[in-house]
Amino acid sequence: MTAPTLHPATRDGRNGAEQAGEPPRLTASRRNKRRFGADWKMAWAFVVPFLALFVVFHLVPVFYALWQSFHGVEKSGGLGFTKPSVIFVGLDNYAEALTDEGFLRSVGRVLLYGVVQVPVMLGLALVMALIFDTAIVRMRSLFQLAAFLPYAVPGIIASILWAFLYLPGVSPVLDLLDGAGAHIDFLAPGSVLWSIANISTWQWTGYNMIIIFAALQAIPRDLFEAARIDGATNWQIAWRIKVPLVAPAILITGLFSVVGTLQLFSEPTVLRTITNNVTYNYTPNMIVYNLAFGSNQPYYSAAVAVVIAIGAFLLSFGFLRVLQRRNPDE
Amino acid sequence: MSDITARRTRRRAVWSAGARRDRAPLSTRFILTVTIIALTAYFLIPIAWMLIASTKSTADLNTTFGLWFSHFDLMQNLHDLFAYRDGIFRRWVVNSLIYSGGGALGSTFLAALCGFALAKYRFRGRNAIMGLIFGGVLIPGTVLALPTYLLLNSFGLINTYWAVILPSLSSAFGVFLVRIYAAAAVPDELLEAGRIDGAHDVRIFFTVVLRILLPSLVTVFLFSFISIWNNFLLPLIVLNDQSLWPVTLGLYSWQMNAMSEPDLVRIVVTGSMVGTIPLVVLFLTLQKYWRSGITTGALK
Repeated sequence: MTAPTLHPATRDGRNGAEQAGEPPRLTASRRNKRRFGADWKMAWAFVVPFLALFVVFHLVPVFYALWQSFHGVEKSGGLGFTKPSVIFVGLDNYAEALTDEGFLRSVGRVLLYGVVQVPVMLGLALVMALIFDTAIVRMRSLFQLAAFLPYAVPGIIASILWAFLYLPGVSPVLDLLDGAGAHIDFLAPGSVLWSIANISTWQWTGYNMIIIFAALQAIPRDLFEAARIDGATNWQIAWRIKVPLVAPAILITGLFSVVGTLQLFSEPTVLRTITNNVTYNYTPNMIVYNLAFGSNQPYYSAAVAVVIAIGAFLLSFGFLRVLQRRNPDE
Repeated sequence: MSDITARRTRRRAVWSAGARRDRAPLSTRFILTVTIIALTAYFLIPIAWMLIASTKSTADLNTTFGLWFSHFDLMQNLHDLFAYRDGIFRRWVVNSLIYSGGGALGSTFLAALCGFALAKYRFRGRNAIMGLIFGGVLIPGTVLALPTYLLLNSFGLINTYWAVILPSLSSAFGVFLVRIYAAAAVPDELLEAGRIDGAHDVRIFFTVVLRILLPSLVTVFLFSFISIWNNFLLPLIVLNDQSLWPVTLGLYSWQMNAMSEPDLVRIVVTGSMVGTIPLVVLFLTLQKYWRSGITTGALK
């Protein structure tokens, strides 16, 4: 990459010619110098620093994981005097994962969780966005800020706070519920999954609300007025006009939420510190972590991780298909 | 609807728009307001509890009502928090600031370079790079955890600051955001004028382009800072040395002991408050940036 070596005089001369209204006589190379964005070497120089790190820390690990998932340590009958050798095992790890009862149960658990938590959270976010869009509630930006505040709390800290709020003795929430005659054990085997769901709902509802609200605000206002003249009630406008028009935004938030559900890790890991009802293999992600760093089975762990990633991809594409069917033009 | 009726309704809408807004029946307005207030209470109660609990002694935590103050012991709790285990919490705060500040600065700069190039240069491989970045975003972090550990291990970087910073430097979201912003905000004429004046592309970038991109860079910085501050899995796997831990990991380790050591509860809660403050301050001061970041990220 060479810096332009134009002599100042030459440069001034050219500018002078242009000011005089004469068409500048440019050679091919000069014309290239003027047009920005044609220099491919320069472009790569700008792109490479990011790209190199992205490849090393995002793409190489993926291929490494794929390689690992098809390999394993040779199980020899020896007493471990020889160094165990790594061999190609084909789809053995995958077969093991797909028949592993603990893994399948954890997948079923997060799917059940997702089927309930994602619609509840997005429903809440949609209702809030619709209410804010009507301008009926005063001090809108203040309420929006309050709804968004949980997103500013680090996930681990949010989980720690809720863990205390689920804990008898410390929790004011349990005190209030007891006072109202409701004795709820948030950490019982049947309820702890929903206590985890509550933590994610608390953290992400406001975030999703902002996205849906922005989409609502982008709808041209005269559409509502026209509907009103035609006799539509506020409820009809909300459900027949607003909701269908923000459906793409809702689906996008749904897509992110579903992918997030499959990766559930920190919330159950924190609740595990206060209850044994969250086991070490409670979610697929906890299994991957535990296989890799707890029980030293990296190859099998990689296969489980790849299965989760494929599941996430399939779910994403399913969502995108629904999205495209709604907007055939795009 | 035909053109004529549409135009007529629009004309009528002009005078009715202001009046209609508040015409919802009182009962509806009441129900909607109560709904919002109830949800706001839900969002604020854990935060209020955290603020109040951090002012209480261990005895008061267990005996007084959690959502109201008793004896005000915040200073005592803060003192004990920063004195506990030879004051390692201060170290964790500094570490978090180094990871988040350094990582966010670096990733914002790299995203600015790459996003600008993708928006303003026409070169072979451009679409392939964008596809690669978009595909990379969809890969769940789970798959990356173990290989990233092995990779860092082979570089000898486990238990160093680099183990947390290097993987955080490539923010695909940042590139995406800068590319959209640069395409819309940086005029081609300006770049060409710079060239005519004989300035090198790199100089044009540093003197002119960076300044124009600044609003989008603040957004990228904000979101990188938050995501690194909140990161849990990466530090958990690459840092064994306690003195290198960020706040999140440190608090988690204390939380594990809090069940058997009840006096630790007030320390964990006070630490949670201290660990949340930087992010809340960032959000309150940079409101317009996070709004634009969330909506461009999701809608475009």
